[in-house]
Amino acid sequence: MAYVHMKNPKLWVFLAVTLFLLIMPRLGSQYLSYLLLTFLGYAVALLGVNLLFGIAGLLSFGHALFFALGAYTVAFLTTKFGVLHMEAILLIAIVAGVLLGAAIGAVCVRYIKIYFGLLTLAFGMLFYSFLLKFYYFTGGDEGMRVLRPYLLGMDLSAVPKMQFLLGKYYYYALAALAVASFAMWRIVSSPFGLCLMAIRDNPEKANYLGIDVRRYRWYAFIISGGYTAAGGVLLAPVLGQVDPTLTYWTHSGTLVFMILLGGFNTFFGPMLGAFLYIFLQDTVMSLIPYWRFVFGAMLAFIVIVAPGGVAGVIGSLWKKEAARDSARNNADPGSERSA
Amino acid sequence: MTPQGTMPILAASDLRKSYGDFVALDGVSFQVRTGEFLSIIGPNGAGKTTLINVLTGLLRPNTGKVFFKDREITGIGPQRLAKLGIARSFQLVNIFPEFTVDEFLQVAIFSRQGKGTHFFTPRGRDHEVRNQAGDLARLFGLGEKRNIQAKNLPQGDKKLLDVASAFALQPEVILLDEPTSGVSTGDKNKVMEILLSASKKMGIQSIIQVEHDMDLVFSFSDRIIALHQGRILADSTPNEIKRNEEVVCTVLGQKECFQIFSDLFGKKGLADDGRNSQDR
Repeated sequence: MAYVHMKNPKLWVFLAVTLFLLIMPRLGSQYLSYLLLTFLGYAVALLGVNLLFGIAGLLSFGHALFFALGAYTVAFLTTKFGVLHMEAILLIAIVAGVLLGAAIGAVCVRYIKIYFGLLTLAFGMLFYSFLLKFYYFTGGDEGMRVLRPYLLGMDLSAVPKMQFLLGKYYYYALAALAVASFAMWRIVSSPFGLCLMAIRDNPEKANYLGIDVRRYRWYAFIISGGYTAAGGVLLAPVLGQVDPTLTYWTHSGTLVFMILLGGFNTFFGPMLGAFLYIFLQDTVMSLIPYWRFVFGAMLAFIVIVAPGGVAGVIGSLWKKEAARDSARNNADPGSERSA
Repeated sequence: MTPQGTMPILAASDLRKSYGDFVALDGVSFQVRTGEFLSIIGPNGAGKTTLINVLTGLLRPNTGKVFFKDREITGIGPQRLAKLGIARSFQLVNIFPEFTVDEFLQVAIFSRQGKGTHFFTPRGRDHEVRNQAGDLARLFGLGEKRNIQAKNLPQGDKKLLDVASAFALQPEVILLDEPTSGVSTGDKNKVMEILLSASKKMGIQSIIQVEHDMDLVFSFSDRIIALHQGRILADSTPNEIKRNEEVVCTVLGQKECFQIFSDLFGKKGLADDGRNSQDR
């Protein structure tokens, strides 16, 4: 048994990635670590977006709304209400994401496919207009400043900015991602997760098995709202400033792009997508000004050639390798017997 | 099946349903009693599937009502119907293609037990549900295939899986829309026997099936309803239906009678049923 575990490549990759994330800020350049910090926020958000897309089969083009909601919550609480404890901010933002998710979701889950997508897009743009127009309240297009939050009750305002972000804050966000991943893993592996996948694959049949399709979709929407808001919270202190482009439809598109790039039908695919997107964007932007052109071509390539994303490609390579392995193992005992 | 009770468990009264000008159901009324195995027969377009869809609440009839026990269930929808205790399988294979046989049956059991909203319990640790799914898979001859994805099963097994998932709900009434279509002729009897023994084991009260294979219909049913152009042409026991052929023919005249019965039972008609079945 132990041998099998040792050979499980997924476990090794998981451990390697965890180790990489743990030591990177200590080893690598500040700049790369800063990009990783961005990744952590998006990773948490994508766990939620992909519960809706990959597991429940509903593609939202407006989830940047929840991301912005989380980020603006940090700005509001820290600058206007003097709430500085990160735990309290996270909790309040998640509650806000859940409540807004419940309200918007109740309308959106009445529709599916393109109608669902367009409706979420509409809500996202509504929120964009709100942030833009209520200048007095939200700072309009200039946005709002984000004050440095307390972590676990510690006031770290004396620490230099990069040292704070790449030190305590990085590990705080990493721990948040670990907790969020674990909770999402449990959700996906629960009976609820199985029901969502049943709905995704065949809603009519799920209905006949007594599953209340619309209600379950609503639950998924609510959970994803909370997760995406939490992702926005984690990113806000990194940005230092929030503005309405966080909820603009292209940002929702970015979330979808990340998921497609990484692969929507694996658990870690969306995270891989966030990682690749952030680092690719950085590289391509520094090389040519037409980075959107390159990304557009990439998106087309993925959809046509590798709809399962990078994780899908890796997965199928693994399967081939495993099949070859098992073929070899099956051949071995046979040759022994014949000998 | 258990000896026939007298209490009606499902009742349809004066169901009418039309699609534009086409009248699919034209005043259909009948009752299904506890313990009954009812077959609905009729030529293509007679309204059989429409009837099943109306009975399971997928379609709302233009007029008429459906009752389950004493409760009106007209058009309440499949999900609430499943919760009340009525399940169905489909004429065309209706599955979750990506699910393994195990997952497929488990999701039905979770739903029945109201565990669908358990958000954080790992489903793999629910031994009760796993065991039930295993028992059910074995009951339907899928015990060796529990880890195979539904889309990779042979056609007949897909059909069985669809039916098995309906059984997993432990309904009181089960409606089977052509349970043996797509099953090879030699296996049809076996499938029917599986269905009967499974319903006995799971305490299913009544079975309503739509079926084209007249050998199966006449050897397994307690009662047969023959539909023709949206109306009930005959509603009785298999033996009486056979006798009824003469009655219908007398009323309608030989030519039309031949047409109807050849529509109903295939080209062969009933009289030479025994001879032809050996050819297959």
